Amino acid sequence: MKILVPVKRVVDYNVKIRVKQDGSGVELANVKMSMNPFDEIAVEEAIRLKEKGVATEIVVVSIGPQQASETIRTALAMGADRGVLVKTDVNVEPLGVAKLLKKVIETENPGLVILGKQAIDDDSNQTGQMLAALLGWAQGTFASKVEVSGETLAVTREIDGGLQTIELKLPAIVTTDLRLNEPRYASLPNIMKAKKKPLDETSPETLGVDVAPRLKVLSTVEPPKRSAGVKVASVEELVSKLKNEAGVL
Amino acid sequence: MALEPETFRQLLDTVERFVRERLIPNEERVAETDEIPEDILAEMRELGLYGLSAPEEFGGLGLTMAEEAEVVYLLGHASPAFRSAIGTNVGIGSQGIVLDGTEEQKKEWLPRIASGEVVASFALTEPEAGSDSASVRTLARKDGDHYVVNGSKRFITNAARAGMFTLMARTGGPGAGGISAFIVPADLPGIKIGKSEKKMGQQGAHIHDVIFEDCRVPAANIIGGKEGQGFKTAMKTLEKGRLHIAALCCGVASRLIEESVRYASERKQFGQAIGEFQLIQAMLADSKAEAYAALCMVRDAARKRDAGEPVATEASCCKLFASEMVGRVADRAVQIHGGSGYIRDYAVERFYRDVRIFRLYEGTSQVQQLIIARNLLKEAANA
Repeated sequence: MKILVPVKRVVDYNVKIRVKQDGSGVELANVKMSMNPFDEIAVEEAIRLKEKGVATEIVVVSIGPQQASETIRTALAMGADRGVLVKTDVNVEPLGVAKLLKKVIETENPGLVILGKQAIDDDSNQTGQMLAALLGWAQGTFASKVEVSGETLAVTREIDGGLQTIELKLPAIVTTDLRLNEPRYASLPNIMKAKKKPLDETSPETLGVDVAPRLKVLSTVEPPKRSAGVKVASVEELVSKLKNEAGVL
Repeated sequence: MALEPETFRQLLDTVERFVRERLIPNEERVAETDEIPEDILAEMRELGLYGLSAPEEFGGLGLTMAEEAEVVYLLGHASPAFRSAIGTNVGIGSQGIVLDGTEEQKKEWLPRIASGEVVASFALTEPEAGSDSASVRTLARKDGDHYVVNGSKRFITNAARAGMFTLMARTGGPGAGGISAFIVPADLPGIKIGKSEKKMGQQGAHIHDVIFEDCRVPAANIIGGKEGQGFKTAMKTLEKGRLHIAALCCGVASRLIEESVRYASERKQFGQAIGEFQLIQAMLADSKAEAYAALCMVRDAARKRDAGEPVATEASCCKLFASEMVGRVADRAVQIHGGSGYIRDYAVERFYRDVRIFRLYEGTSQVQQLIIARNLLKEAANA
């Protein structure tokens, strides 16, 4: 079975985000970029399925500028087999991403698509669901466990108040949650070898998909600064303050 | 061959992340237990850190000196004990074979050294031969197609874990020309490892005496196959090692400055962050300027070495300046931390002790001064 893993290049999770002066977005100039952590989990899961003999090939797709090829290389260094870069300098929204992925999937014909439940930059949490709808495939979102048996897939989902296990018919879409696995580090020799793995390039134009933005960013603001707290001397004082000042009791 | 910038960037990003996510969070545990946990050592092996310098054809990464320096610089941001675990495989333990070994010796040892399966250890220093390393007393007496080795080595890093020693022993007359370098498998009969020394710092990195008693080493294990070349091999190895250590010092200095800046921004006295005070700022500025100078030196010397230029003088300049620099930076870091800098809860207290060795091993500061000055005088005389 072939597994397709879409990955996104985002601001590294360690970077302190700053809003641009004009409020049009966040500052990306000279900022360290990395693979979206949820996508890393998706790559890791695909590699584990390959190591178990369930998957035969792992194809990694990224949509973004030329530098997104570095994100694909990271996945190749972890153990994916080849990459596809859909090159665009436009900021593609989740629906556009889903449409592009659908096109790639129609050529690649994977049995399973694993992707992050959301990207840590815009936190949309839409692409996987939209992609499943466009393809008419089954979907298992927020996965914390994935087990393939024959033509079906058992996905344990992290839902409010507990876990839910569902059975899906393949081909299917899985979106990863944090506890699915702990991604490996790409070893240094594999980083060097990844350079030799195939990486094809295409574009939204070639795939015939209109990725023009449909949303307009009105403003971007930093979260309000936390104001100083108050120290209380006793539980009684705390209760009294919660009752009389905060009005929450 | 140097890596493409994009690939090398990715390699550095991975090391940087490993240092931040795996090494730094385990520093205190290593210091407390005086052991690097086995799982961390396994991760370091899997990552490929033991093979930074071994040539690609023998399973290593074959990094250039400039590249190795950048990786070691990043490793220096965590407790130097971690670097020490891989240090002998990357540097002094293996370089004798890399630089002067025969093809067979390289094929036999380098792949296992590069993977970390075999820990390589460097045995030159003796109780009576420290800075005066040409006075090695350990004897290797020829006996048929073997040498019989007798003698004691001192302060040998990673000796207890070693799978092989690069051993310097006397096969000929007195002086440097009578010394040969041997590859000695650690499982040969007649090798005893002494207890782990109690050191001032770098807990988790271990040094031991190694005692050879009628240890029979195959004659084929002389590095390069020729007697009397050992001292030259050792000096070449140490020259490269000096750049490695200098890069490490720069990494540790960078960490110390980060710790100092963070503390100076957070700690309040007289109603403001102590970083607002100019006397604190002066210490931060001096540390940064010196650390930057040292890093530039290392990068320059490493690049020259990669270009095939002789760098004996430059390597000693780097080792001398960078190790003294990090001593001053550590001292200022403790000073900026005030009383807290004397408390074990703060990383700077540990680093202050850790960095003291850099001015001592692989050639003391005084030995570096001698090398630099003698080279200058020799050049002038030959001009």
